[in-house]
Amino acid sequence: MKSGILAAAAVALSIGAAGTAHAGQTLDAIKQKGFIQCGVNTGLAGFSNPDSSGNWTGLDVDVCRAVAVALFNDPAKVKFTPLSAQQRFPAIQSGEVDILSRNTTWTLTRDTSVGLNFAPVTYYDGQGFMVSKKLGVKSAKELNGATVCVQSGTTTELNLADYFRATNMQYNPVVIESVDEVNAAFFAGRCDVLTTDASGLAGTRAAVAPNPADYVILPEIISKEPLAPAVRHGDDQWYDLVTWTVYAMIDAEENGITSKNIDEFMNSKNPSIQRLLGVSPGMGKSLGVDEKWAYNVIKKVGNYGEVFDRNVGPNTALKLERGLNALWTKGGLQYAMPLR
Amino acid sequence: MTSESGGAGRGAHSGFTLSINDPTVRAVVFQVLIIGAVVLLGWWLVHNTLDNLARRSIATGFGFLEREASFGIGESMIDYHPRDSYGRAFLVGVLNTLKVSVIGIIVATVIGTLVGIARLSSNWLLAKLASLYVEVVRNVPPLLQLFVWYAVITESMPSVREAFNPLPGVFLSQRGIKIPVPESDPVWNWMIVALLVGVAAAIAMTRWARARQARTGQPFPVGLASLGLIFGMPLLTWLVGGAPTAMDVPRVQGFNFVGGATMSPEFFAILFGLSIYTAGFIAEVVRSGIVAVNWGQTEAARSLGLSSGNTLRLVVLPQALRVIVPPLTSQYLNLTKNSSLALAIGYPDLVSIANTTINQTGQSIEGVAMIMGTYLTISLGISLFMNWYNKRIALVER
Repeated sequence: MKSGILAAAAVALSIGAAGTAHAGQTLDAIKQKGFIQCGVNTGLAGFSNPDSSGNWTGLDVDVCRAVAVALFNDPAKVKFTPLSAQQRFPAIQSGEVDILSRNTTWTLTRDTSVGLNFAPVTYYDGQGFMVSKKLGVKSAKELNGATVCVQSGTTTELNLADYFRATNMQYNPVVIESVDEVNAAFFAGRCDVLTTDASGLAGTRAAVAPNPADYVILPEIISKEPLAPAVRHGDDQWYDLVTWTVYAMIDAEENGITSKNIDEFMNSKNPSIQRLLGVSPGMGKSLGVDEKWAYNVIKKVGNYGEVFDRNVGPNTALKLERGLNALWTKGGLQYAMPLR
Repeated sequence: MTSESGGAGRGAHSGFTLSINDPTVRAVVFQVLIIGAVVLLGWWLVHNTLDNLARRSIATGFGFLEREASFGIGESMIDYHPRDSYGRAFLVGVLNTLKVSVIGIIVATVIGTLVGIARLSSNWLLAKLASLYVEVVRNVPPLLQLFVWYAVITESMPSVREAFNPLPGVFLSQRGIKIPVPESDPVWNWMIVALLVGVAAAIAMTRWARARQARTGQPFPVGLASLGLIFGMPLLTWLVGGAPTAMDVPRVQGFNFVGGATMSPEFFAILFGLSIYTAGFIAEVVRSGIVAVNWGQTEAARSLGLSSGNTLRLVVLPQALRVIVPPLTSQYLNLTKNSSLALAIGYPDLVSIANTTINQTGQSIEGVAMIMGTYLTISLGISLFMNWYNKRIALVER
């Protein structure tokens, strides 16, 4: 339970003891050690969760695997560090992990004073409320006086306070560090309401609830939670690689390229597809990786839509619709910058 | 020339040459070198940290304490609202830590003393039960005990709408214990004043009685008279103030109880978890203290004609306390520091609130420094008080 403090103390020591930093240090170090150290959630169904045989799975996990493929052409060249909400920033600041892909909301403070650079959003989320059906609550506006279970050290805690202030309602927070303990307290009945990102609520209901049908997620979404992978300040080349790996996966979906049909596109006459797949070279050289980087990512990990469907889509336990995460051409927000 | 001036001359002589062979010079030189090295290392660490933080554009300094906290806190002894500053939120955490520490120390001392005496009891069952208690609570990690207490409350208690109602106005539920409290009235403030006056009067009276007994040998019923003063003064004030009896009784409204006073499940779990854990250690401290007083002391006191109460109070306890107080201080410090485990079960202590602050502001070094500084201050405070008390009760050898 003291791990947050330990991590913070460790960052104090390591920042204190670290020698001079120079640009490009992160990518150089990754190439030298031969794998990427990726910070993920300690366990969030659909995003980062070890399966029954101990392999990490999930959307956040696949982002790290995609970057590993872009750099090393091998999805196994990544090691995962499970991090609590408190541990994540000290871990990325101190260099314990190279990339933080841990359902982390992109905010101004984190971009600036925490010292992070955010890659493109991999999941547009929003904070919601889950209640027991027995309460008969239909809307978050009826929650005046409720006791709310919330995990400490997240933007969730702030949005919760903001929402109840804005709607002029009272609430009583129960703030617990570990997500497992938060869920246990909620399902035991200590709180009326559980709040976190809507995707997380769906995951918790599917995986933890004694009987998922007894719980209902209220329609109100009270915040914007753009979840994005992040790297620390100081290595722009590494940041570019992470950024464009995500864009490549979205771009592939825009062009209808999947892991199954990608080889048919190798003969495509479309110049933007030729650039993406490295048929006409240049993009890989600019990023400092193999020209086949995007081809490898799509072939071995999949395009954005495939990753979404595999981990959190309608056919998984989470049963999440694409919603805001649909492509911009289909009414969503996912939009890849041009690869040229 | 006496040998004395010769000695002075020798000292002055070696002082002038500053020989490294002179043990005094050598000692000073080494101390200066070591202090210099420590200061240099500290300066290097601080400087390098600040330098690297600045290079990575990570904010530093304590300016964040004045910014709006924007997060809610479940229970607070002072008025707190999310629009208040991080500094005030931290203060709420410090007060919550102090609350659980102070009450916990009192509860642990009471339980620990009773169990420690019970272990020495001639009653076989009582002594064995006390031993069992000590062995169990001392050998299970405190964090697990807290989880057990918290789970017991949240899992076994009924929901709010089916709350258990053992006494009129008292409710037990998953939301904690709700009790009725008197409605606010100026008389209650005056009663607190009266209580303080009563305590002061009792102390003064005890001194007077002691002086009189030393002078004339006449004892005075100090105990009864003190009780009368301490409880009688507030009672009198209450009667004079019109004897208000209106109560603020808790009742279910919406999701939860409103009115009355609450002991939250989190506070209950941390308080009793820590008290019962620490009491196991205190019991052993008390037992060792009593056993350390030679049985001959008791026999001697009895043969002087002292009653068994006076034997305990005047002969055994003063000697036992000498042995008890120093290790007791360590247990008090342990309880205070263990209160940081509150984080795990959702009690908003200072570590919990500082952690949230660190996470929102990203200023982990400042936050951890504040946590460390606060615990250090509280612990040194307890140490100072206990050392003062220890000195007070130490045997004065004549």
